[in-house]
This record gives sequence, C-alpha cells and structure tokens, in this order.
Amino acid sequence: MNYRRILILCFLMGGFAINAAAQDLVKGKQLYETRCLVCHQADGGGVPNMNAPLDGASNVVGTDIARLVRIIKKGYSERVALDGFYYGNAMTANPDLKDVDIANILSYIRTSWTNKASTITAAQVKAAGSKK
Amino acid sequence: MKNLKIFLAIVFSTMTIVSTAQNNAGLKLPQGFKATLFADTIGSARHIAITSNGVVFAKLMYPNKAGKSIIRLEDKNNDGVADKISGWGKYGGTGIFVKGKSLYATSNTGVFLYQLNDNDEVIDTSAPKTIVKGLIDRNQHESKSITLDGQGNIYVNIGAYSNACQEKDRMPGSKGMMPCPILDSAGGIWKFDGQKENQVYGDGIRYATGLRNVVGLDWNRQTNSLFVTQHGRDQLNSFYPKLYTADQNAELPAETMYEMKQGDNAGWPYVYYDPYQKKKIVSPEYGGDGIKEGGENAIDPTAFFPAHMAPNALLFYTGNQFPEKYKNGAFIAFHGSWNRAPLPQEGYFVAFVPFKNGKPNGEWEIFANGFSGLTGDEKVKNPRNAKARPCGLAQGPDGSLYVSDDNKGAIFKISYAK
Repeated sequence: MNYRRILILCFLMGGFAINAAAQDLVKGKQLYETRCLVCHQADGGGVPNMNAPLDGASNVVGTDIARLVRIIKKGYSERVALDGFYYGNAMTANPDLKDVDIANILSYIRTSWTNKASTITAAQVKAAGSKK
Repeated sequence: MKNLKIFLAIVFSTMTIVSTAQNNAGLKLPQGFKATLFADTIGSARHIAITSNGVVFAKLMYPNKAGKSIIRLEDKNNDGVADKISGWGKYGGTGIFVKGKSLYATSNTGVFLYQLNDNDEVIDTSAPKTIVKGLIDRNQHESKSITLDGQGNIYVNIGAYSNACQEKDRMPGSKGMMPCPILDSAGGIWKFDGQKENQVYGDGIRYATGLRNVVGLDWNRQTNSLFVTQHGRDQLNSFYPKLYTADQNAELPAETMYEMKQGDNAGWPYVYYDPYQKKKIVSPEYGGDGIKEGGENAIDPTAFFPAHMAPNALLFYTGNQFPEKYKNGAFIAFHGSWNRAPLPQEGYFVAFVPFKNGKPNGEWEIFANGFSGLTGDEKVKNPRNAKARPCGLAQGPDGSLYVSDDNKGAIFKISYAK
C-alpha cells in the first residue's frame, strides 16, 4: 500500500462522508418543507409574536439538543421567550418521526440560512431522547 | 473644497426631505391623497386613539426600549410629524380608546382608565382605574381590543386560545370538543360598564360568541351597532391533507367582517366561511369534509376577504376631509398573512369597503399599500421581510386617517389634498 493509494482511499471515503451528510440535509429540507415551513417560514424567520424563528435563534444553534428533540417530538404549548421576544402559538407534536428524521431536520435547521452549527446524528437524537 | 462639500450636503439633504414628502412616506395611495411619517420606531404600536385636540395615543404590545408601553404623540407645529413624544406604563397590550377625556388602555388581562386634562395630558399616569380584570390570557390570541358605544358601555374582545377547539390544540387528528368549552370565557365579545371599577367576567355579559379572534372592532354610529373583523382559522391542509390541498389552504377560510347584535353567534369553531362556495362549512375537526354545510344558528358575514390576511383594525370613517365615497365606509388594516405558503403572503395594506345605509355597497379595494417596503409588485414571502405591518387605525379631528405599525413602530398620517 503506497501513499497515493491511501490518499485516493481517503478522498473516496471523504467523498462518501460528504455525500451521506448532503443526503441528510436534503431529506431534512424535505421534511422541513412539509412539516415546519408553514409556521417557521421558508427563510426560518418565523412570525413575529406567534411562531418562533429558527434562523439566528440561540437555542436552535445551541448545545441543548435534548430540548430541541423534545419540542419536535412533543410539540410546545407554552409562551416561549427567545432572544428578547415572545412567541405564543402552540407547536404541533410529531410523534411519528423517527430518530433519523429528527436528526435530518435538526441538521437542516442548524446549518441553513445564517445558522452555522454542527449537524446532528440519529445516535445523538436517540441519546437526547432518553434524557429526561 | 470644504464649502463645496457643505453645499453638496445641503443639496442632498434637501433632496431627501423633498423626496420623502413626495413619496408619501413610501405608501401607494389613491389620487389626491398624501401621507407623512407621523412617527417612527416608537415600539410595537398596536392600536391607536386620537383626542379631539389631535393628540395621538399608541398602545405597545411590549414596553419599548425606554420601558414605556403607552405613547403620547403631539404634532405641535402641525407639519404632519409628531414633535412632542412621551410615554408611560409597564404593561404590554393592544387596545386603546379615547372617549372625551377618558383614555382606556388594555393589558392582555384587563382594561384600565386614565383621566385626561384640558391639554389631553394624563393627569396621573401611575394610578389608572381598573375597569375590568381577570380576563383569560393563554398566550394565543391574547390581545384585548376595545371599543365603546354611545351609552358608555365598553366592548372587549376575548380571543379563543385555540385554533379550532381541538382536544389538543393544533395536533393532527385531535377532535373538536363538543360543545367547545372555550366559548364560556373566550371566543367572543364581552360587554362591560365603561366606568364601574374592578369588573370581572360575572359583571359583564357575553355580548356575542363564535368568534375565533377579533382584533379589529368599531361601533358604527350610523347603524348604532358593533362591527368586528375576525381572524379565520389556520392549517386546514397541514392537518387534513386528504381534504385540502396546500393551495386551498392558502385561500381558506375567508377573513370575515360581522355586524354583531347582542346574542349573535358567528359559528367558530364548528364552521368556517368558504369564500368560493359562499357558505358556512363544517370544520373538519367536527366531521366536515370541505363541502358539508353547517352553522344553522350562526350569522353570515357582512363582508369577506382573502384568507389569512389578518384584519387587525376596523374604522368607520365619519370625517369630512376625504371624498364623499369614503363617508361611513369601513377602513380595515390588514396586518398581513403568514400561512399562505407556498403562495406569496397577502395583506400588509389598508383596505376600504364602501358602505351605504349601514351595508357594504360595492367591492372592497386596497386603499393604502406599500407598508412592506418592497418595490413594485413584489409580494412578501416571509413576514419578517415586511418593513411595516398595519395594525391600528384612528381618525384625527381634521378627518385624516392614522395607521400604526407594530413591527418597528411607525405611525403614518394619510390626508386628502383636493
């Protein structure tokens, strides 16, 4: 095995990894468009006073993944305070989504618009979902 | 060189001033009307009220950066721009109304009354009378709008804290509750005494019911009756994709205007109004299929408008300044939609409905447009892109129409210049 072969192998694996991640974001975008967009809007900007924005939202790009997973699964019916504003509409629960679907949605919303946070794996969603 | 710079600066600033005046504060208006930016960035200005001396009061949804939630604005030199602005109050809310020297303002749970002096200054900003208290605020449709009749009664909207009275709000497949328990304490208009202090639900009466959420309401002095504009329900397609397409969802149900007499019922949550079939249709949460009619005990709308545009203010024009066709007609401030995707959003304008003998007399039309700040025929795609969102209306003593914006907090003054 020479260096060139190793390099080529690395490129190939890297390529697969990138493809796999891109695929997740495409699926995440599709799910976003069918489930989330009507309230959170195409630009992730939400609706003032009613539906919280995702773009630029501190808790969407933050580290409390368990909270995000819980909100997507169970919905949200309290007034939510976010970055100095309040949002009052109830959010729909999505009990039928699998961990991998939630991971794809979270990866999409955390890396779209101006958001530049990490993507999320199904294993992370599973781990977060088991936390109470 | 320095002189040239100063000269150019003067030229450019003069040009800016002239163009601002000529471009009507960015609004598109019918021939002969002009507008000025009466105020800007005062905070989330919901409803507005004007005294007989022309002093404007605005109620803010939240306290502004200075921590004030009711703003007083005066245009001392009468150039169409407020030059004396002050504020007070720590509670957010929507409703504000002036009757003589009585100034009413609402929080999301009650109504307060301030007394004005001869200069329309509040005599004691720290000690309003509490007229109504303890009204329901469950985050959704929580704003309380008010108007008064000629008899000293106050009418308060109490919005339903729900989309369609499902067992679980906005959850797919959750059934509508029968009867809808929300209607006992919300989803209608309550009538209270305008002077009596510390009234609670039991002191008032449920004047009208079956209204999901009313933000615009006005007492029509010609018909001596209450008119309201309702925000129709959301998400027919997201919850019932087999019954409604996304495009149908964008156009259903109509936003509606009702004349509400005591005891009237507008049908929410059991029915919604379909603007194409021109019928009251049973809500899918109550077994409807998009065609089945219902609401035998519910009244029909006086007028209806495209879906989801959010009519946030209603004003019957009684001034003498505007041309004859506007007399006694209805102005409606459409806050602008958010759930018409995939279609572009609609609203973000002030509409006009001509009235004759207390009934609509002709089609509604857009009166003032351009609040969104988008150019040409470009439509708002996402609500946050709209620069201004019309939310409140008030008529000045000279017959000018004022429009408030709860996004950045602009107030526009629209006048007719023959």
